[in-house]
Amino acid sequence: MNTLELTINGKVYAFTQGETILDVARRNDIFIPTLCYLKNASPTGACRMCVVEVKGARSLVASCTAPAGAGMDVQTESKSVVKSRKMNLELLLSSGSHDCLLCPSTGDCRLQDLAFRYNATGKRFERTKPKYQPDFSNPFLIRDFSKCILCGRCVQACKEVQVNNAIDYGYRGSDAKIIAKCDLPLGDSDCVFCGECLQVCPVGALSLKKARQKPRVCETEVVRTTCAYCGVGCQMNLHVKDNVVQMVNGVDAIPNHGSLCVKGRFGMQFINSDERLKTPLIRKNGELVAAEWGEALSLIAEKLGEYKEKNGADSIGVLASARCTNEENYLFQKFARAVIGTNNVDHCARY
Amino acid sequence: MTHVTPERLQEMQAEYAARISEPNIRHLFICGGTGCHATGSLKVKDALHEEIAKHGLEDRVRVVETGCNGFCALGPLMVVHPDNVFYQKMTREDVAEIVSEHLVNNAPIERLMYKDPQSKKRVPLFSDIPFFALQKPWTLRNKGIINPESIEDYIGREGYMGLSKALLQMQPAEIIDEMKKAGIRGRGGAGFPTGMKWSFAAQNDSDIKYVLCNADEGDPGAFMDRSILEADPHAVLEGMTIAARAINATEGYIYCRSEYPLAIKRVQIAIDQAREMGLLGENILGTDFSFDIFIYQGAGAFVCGEETALMRSIEGKRGMPIPRPPFPAAQGLWKKPTILNNVETLANVAQIMVNGGEWYSSVGTENSKGTKVFALSGDVNNIGLVEVPMGTSLRSIVYDIGGGIPKKRKLKAVQLGGPSGGCIPEDHMDVVVDYEEIAKVGAIMGSGGVIVMDDKTCMVDMARFFLEFIQEESCGKCTPCREGTRRQLEILERICEGHGKPEDITLIEELSEMITSSALCGLGQTASNPVLSVLRHFREEFEAHIFEKKCPAKRCPALVDFKVINERCKKCGKCASVCPVGAVEWKKKEVAKINTDICVQCMSCYSACPFDAID
Repeated sequence: MNTLELTINGKVYAFTQGETILDVARRNDIFIPTLCYLKNASPTGACRMCVVEVKGARSLVASCTAPAGAGMDVQTESKSVVKSRKMNLELLLSSGSHDCLLCPSTGDCRLQDLAFRYNATGKRFERTKPKYQPDFSNPFLIRDFSKCILCGRCVQACKEVQVNNAIDYGYRGSDAKIIAKCDLPLGDSDCVFCGECLQVCPVGALSLKKARQKPRVCETEVVRTTCAYCGVGCQMNLHVKDNVVQMVNGVDAIPNHGSLCVKGRFGMQFINSDERLKTPLIRKNGELVAAEWGEALSLIAEKLGEYKEKNGADSIGVLASARCTNEENYLFQKFARAVIGTNNVDHCARY
Repeated sequence: MTHVTPERLQEMQAEYAARISEPNIRHLFICGGTGCHATGSLKVKDALHEEIAKHGLEDRVRVVETGCNGFCALGPLMVVHPDNVFYQKMTREDVAEIVSEHLVNNAPIERLMYKDPQSKKRVPLFSDIPFFALQKPWTLRNKGIINPESIEDYIGREGYMGLSKALLQMQPAEIIDEMKKAGIRGRGGAGFPTGMKWSFAAQNDSDIKYVLCNADEGDPGAFMDRSILEADPHAVLEGMTIAARAINATEGYIYCRSEYPLAIKRVQIAIDQAREMGLLGENILGTDFSFDIFIYQGAGAFVCGEETALMRSIEGKRGMPIPRPPFPAAQGLWKKPTILNNVETLANVAQIMVNGGEWYSSVGTENSKGTKVFALSGDVNNIGLVEVPMGTSLRSIVYDIGGGIPKKRKLKAVQLGGPSGGCIPEDHMDVVVDYEEIAKVGAIMGSGGVIVMDDKTCMVDMARFFLEFIQEESCGKCTPCREGTRRQLEILERICEGHGKPEDITLIEELSEMITSSALCGLGQTASNPVLSVLRHFREEFEAHIFEKKCPAKRCPALVDFKVINERCKKCGKCASVCPVGAVEWKKKEVAKINTDICVQCMSCYSACPFDAID
């Protein structure tokens, strides 16, 4: 079979059948800006930011949806492409309130990055007043419609990645708005608050309620870790500042490919909780008293030994935790079988 | 259920011919289109029945409620057959006279006959009325003749002969070849060759394929599809079934807006009748070919006329366009190969099968074959539905068929193609109906809406109207259409309000370029056409609004200051009598004067003045 080739910005690149122009460009580190494109979801072609010029085509072509074709001659930053992108940005920036000074996403905003790149100020048109009031009605995230660019990434993430189908476009034309069913607050809808939408929002339209403005994501240090809630082992980035986890995002890696659940994404307050146990506690005269690990472990070994001798190994049962890693749980059942000598091993997820 | 046979179809034709030409029997074809219903044709029909019974004429007169006759502005209207007499604007009160004088005494009633707007004379014979005489009714061959709720009438007029031929004598590939030979192009507006569209879908293998009919007619001023569905629903069903045979489809949907209740009712009756006679459903005409059609009612979104949005809507999703490829011929409705054709296109298919592709292509221009149906409206004498051969000039449509401009005003421009089209000024009126020729002058053929505008039309305001429509109907998905058309509208609104800035024309042009080249679907890509065509042909009007703060056509209230031209004023006082705020000072035998402090620019005096003395 002949290799398929196309030209991008004067250089020839090979591609395989089914790849889009954007796929080929990205694979070869050629920059094409996108706002609505979402990996792992079908392209919608909504934002028209990824337009490129293809020789012979009657208009500009959206590279996220246009299949690469043999012999195509593509220009990614031609004069007409840049002009179109700049006008597109001007339109987006003047619609609503894209006020970077007060936006939690400043520094982590694709619209801001592109405005800088294409020198768009949003001042060619009069700024329109926000049509819809922000939604603060749920405990997890804020929906600020005045910053929404209607790229539809949240809709794709909800529909195709998490398959919750909780949100979609509502109303028409310039009245369009991303809504949950019947335009109800998220809390009254089918939303399960996985927060996938929050993570894919390229601007500040969706922001974490807890972390609103203090500090911004761009000020935090990223620490990669494994989620401690269940055995799936989702990979996550903790956004940390002042030794406090400010925000959590999924990492695009096995097994979760960027997704998280409501617990993994929003349930991180326990890390810095004052009520968190930091030492073992031993009940002495009816009171729980802080103890050293050595003392606690010796007490456990002593007691278990006594019970085993008195009632046999099968009088003891071992209950493991879903929040341990697989390796820890392996060791724990080994401890039950080899050290204590019982098969009474079970797991908290069954209760 | 009894399956009808081709032989029985022939017999039914003969029965119909005998019925319609029975001696001493009169047929009253009273128009039952939506337009005539609105003006009271049903009441007239009831009165006719009563009066006929009173005179004991039931055996000699048959009242037939037909679909839209086409001459909508003159409704309720009726044709008396075989007398060849056309009555217009009938009322219940006229009925007694019609029956006693015409039907009993054979004396047609002159005062109800058509009056030529130029010569002011009554035209006694239906076939002499230029509006009808100059048309070529191919698609509309049954309008005003058959009862759309009677399959017998349709079969009587060669109905289902095309299907019979296509099923029993032709292979699917031959059907497509015939369509290609006919050279018919999509009547929805874009003009894609129908035969080619079918051949793409035919090539794609699939256990399920769909044939869709686009009846989501949404252009302001367009009512061709509605009238066809109301007048001849079986023609569309037959066309769809032939298309299904050509691509081997199993199911069809007619996507019709719910604002067309009469069309939906008649199509449903037609579907039931066709099923009953074995012309739809399992084993059509006794062959092993099966196909069925269902109606899907749309909620009236303009964008659902766009093919991908239409399919999403049938799937139960929000009607929003999706990018192509994949094209519907490969992955359409529910990701199965699908063809989507316009009502008018499909209504032509059966005749092409009966008479052959060469017959169809014998009429028209080199690249635009056959006939085209237009909905003629606006500032024109004969408002209604017209069908002309491709190659007819716009001038002929407006003046010969349309009867010219009322009140002896001058023609300014014609808007073709609705919100996706453009205006064609008076000096280009000789352009002929042809996809490419019309595109050359900055408009598009479109689905067939023709809005005629006289010299009192402000072209900037006209562009504003279409942009307002587009802005309301944009689905809101892609940025250029959602935000760009809003800005264009904003600019035009401020120009019309007298706040236009010198840089506005450039800004509109820049926006148009961006929207046209980067919008997702056809709605956005063509949204700037009206404003661009006005800029092309009437730039000076834009400039007058912006730089001189004047509206030359006197339509934009903020830019108008009315005054009386003393030399022209005939002192009749009409202006003073119509002014609602008492701003006109007038005394008998004196020239009127307008007090601009009181004037609210309502234009009543301007419109009322018979001498154009107010400017």
